[in-house]
Amino acid sequence: MNRTVESPPNGISGLREFVAFFIGELKPKGKLLTPFNVISSVIMAVAIVLLVIRFTKGLGAITNLSQESPWGVWIGFDVVTGVAFAGGAYIVTFLVYILGAKKYYPIVRATVLNGFLAYVFYAGALLLDLGRPWNVVNPIIGNSFGVSSVLFLVAWHFLLYMLAELIEFSPAVAEWLGWKRTRRVLHGLTLGAVIFGITLSTLHQSGLGALYMMAKSKIHPLWYTEFIPVLFFVSSTFAGLSMVILEGSLSHKVFKHRVGKTQHASHDGILLGLGRFCAVMMFVYFFFKVLILIHNQQFPMLATGWGYWYMVELIGFVLVPGYLYYHAVQFENLKLIRIAAILTLVGIILNRLNVTTIGFQWQSETPYFPTWMEIEVTLAVICAEIWAFRWVVNRMAVLGDPPRWVTEDEEH
Amino acid sequence: MTDRRTFLRVFAGAGGTALLGTRATAVEFTGADPNAPAVLVDTKRCVGCRRCEASCAEENGLTSVDINDQSVFADSRQTDPDHWTVVNRYESEHGPIYVKRQCMHCDQPACAAACLTKAMYKTPEGPIIWRARKCMGCRFCMISCPFDVPKFEYFSANPKIQKCILCHSRLQRGEQPACVASCPVEALHFGPRGQMLELARKRIYSQPDLYHPAIYGEQEVGGTDWLYLSPVPFDQIGFRTDLGGGSVPELSKDFLYAVPAVLLLWPTFLFGVNQAMVSHKGASDSQVELNGGEEE
Repeated sequence: MNRTVESPPNGISGLREFVAFFIGELKPKGKLLTPFNVISSVIMAVAIVLLVIRFTKGLGAITNLSQESPWGVWIGFDVVTGVAFAGGAYIVTFLVYILGAKKYYPIVRATVLNGFLAYVFYAGALLLDLGRPWNVVNPIIGNSFGVSSVLFLVAWHFLLYMLAELIEFSPAVAEWLGWKRTRRVLHGLTLGAVIFGITLSTLHQSGLGALYMMAKSKIHPLWYTEFIPVLFFVSSTFAGLSMVILEGSLSHKVFKHRVGKTQHASHDGILLGLGRFCAVMMFVYFFFKVLILIHNQQFPMLATGWGYWYMVELIGFVLVPGYLYYHAVQFENLKLIRIAAILTLVGIILNRLNVTTIGFQWQSETPYFPTWMEIEVTLAVICAEIWAFRWVVNRMAVLGDPPRWVTEDEEH
Repeated sequence: MTDRRTFLRVFAGAGGTALLGTRATAVEFTGADPNAPAVLVDTKRCVGCRRCEASCAEENGLTSVDINDQSVFADSRQTDPDHWTVVNRYESEHGPIYVKRQCMHCDQPACAAACLTKAMYKTPEGPIIWRARKCMGCRFCMISCPFDVPKFEYFSANPKIQKCILCHSRLQRGEQPACVASCPVEALHFGPRGQMLELARKRIYSQPDLYHPAIYGEQEVGGTDWLYLSPVPFDQIGFRTDLGGGSVPELSKDFLYAVPAVLLLWPTFLFGVNQAMVSHKGASDSQVELNGGEEE
């Protein structure tokens, strides 16, 4: 862990040493036969079998997708909800690098890493859903640019945002490899990557909602509004931060040995600050939703089955957790903050699924419901992401302090 | 009211997203192209022989159709990957009405606007075709199409999007679409869209008792190149009458117009805020120090 060289290896001996180091790091750390490892391995192994079937027999072999409902949970949950959950990275980098709120510095790396991996794995799950994945480069390379498509924009933004987050995280990689000079260069790119990343996030968080603008005739009117893009953007702020709160609380337990002293001491204050942010955004969001309801004169619709379901989402999983956040911050109740975070995340899942699957083709006689296999593959994607996250956290300075030479380097 | 004002302020800040373009300027309706190749379906004339289905299958290499099988009329059928057109039967006060369905070939197609690889493509001549080499199978065209027309091969490792392409290659050779050519009772008429509308109007005017006074596809979603006449209101023969006259791609245009503005203004704004907020110790260090854990 304590090797330092100036920059990437050159020459045969340097390369040989690098490869040896890398192979050493690939080996797992810690106990192998934990309950989580066993269960997640089984889930991922089953998913591999299912995916072999999917790629040989077609999507219909393991999914319930239909001509009416061509997008199921792989899009509605993995991509649309997953990306909202990953929104914490752009908010936290905004707080730290744009507003200079140093208080949140200790969680920047974990949040950015999480955001990056979420995009890699959840947007990666998109490949599983593509019927003709061998043509996936067409919107990026070649002469087939469908610039009038919202999906074109989202595809580019995913790609560029992954790059921005990789740059934001890259100093940690350089520290791990001990590349002093490279780290200095990458560190210098941070502000640019952050500004670029926030801009991209603004556009594709809302863009995911804009995907559904053309499906006006298919989405239940309580969920279809021309403001879907704005609603998706606003809700991605508290979705992302609630994920940061939950993930941070879990990481601090699971990776206790990796957490630095200062990071540990400041964590409670950070959670309270994020909770306050969430409370404000959720009340604004709630108020906005009510305004839309008034504007569209949809109150009579609330007395239908769909209306009750709508109120479950809006009151039970926006207003209530929003209030819980407010209350928890007032009384500095960290347990309540975590409960509020969980309720908020459930609410985001409900909202995204209501737009993308549950309320989509709501008049259909044969509504879509996922197969167990679709859910299984989704769980496998989540497990794979956790494995990747754990691998990185156990090797790089994500939750704890960077190596000492970084501090020395900074002071010069 | 304070609440509302506060909200609007916050909202204006948060929502640089979709609100930058001037929204409400009414959708400019210039009318669909009157020269586009179009088909008029007179459901009053159709006898449900399904020769159009058979000739479509033959022309496009789909599974051949048994046109003597009357059992197909039991349900209202949808087109599918192997049947680009289907004829459905609806009972009405005027007796049975047969309705041929297929891609409507919109003047402003949502499927083509949705396609991020231009696989779904409106040819300059008018028909909307699908190009295998470009398609990545994302099925966004299916999400966007108001008529649920594009169909996906869910049970293939090399799936295609299947739908009527208005016999694009026949049209290029100067022929009629296969279905029109095969119709024995002239229920289908092929010609420039403007002329087809004239023909339809003429029929409604001269026989007002026999026709419902509307042409489906004249206004719907900005106009389609398939036009329908019917003795009964269109919702009784399986058409959606709630789609409105605005083109579907128009619905996401505001968002797309806002994109360049956000791309340009947002970074400028963020950089400005950064410069105002973050203390400058040295010219080169305008960021929070990396070792934030050890801050003074």
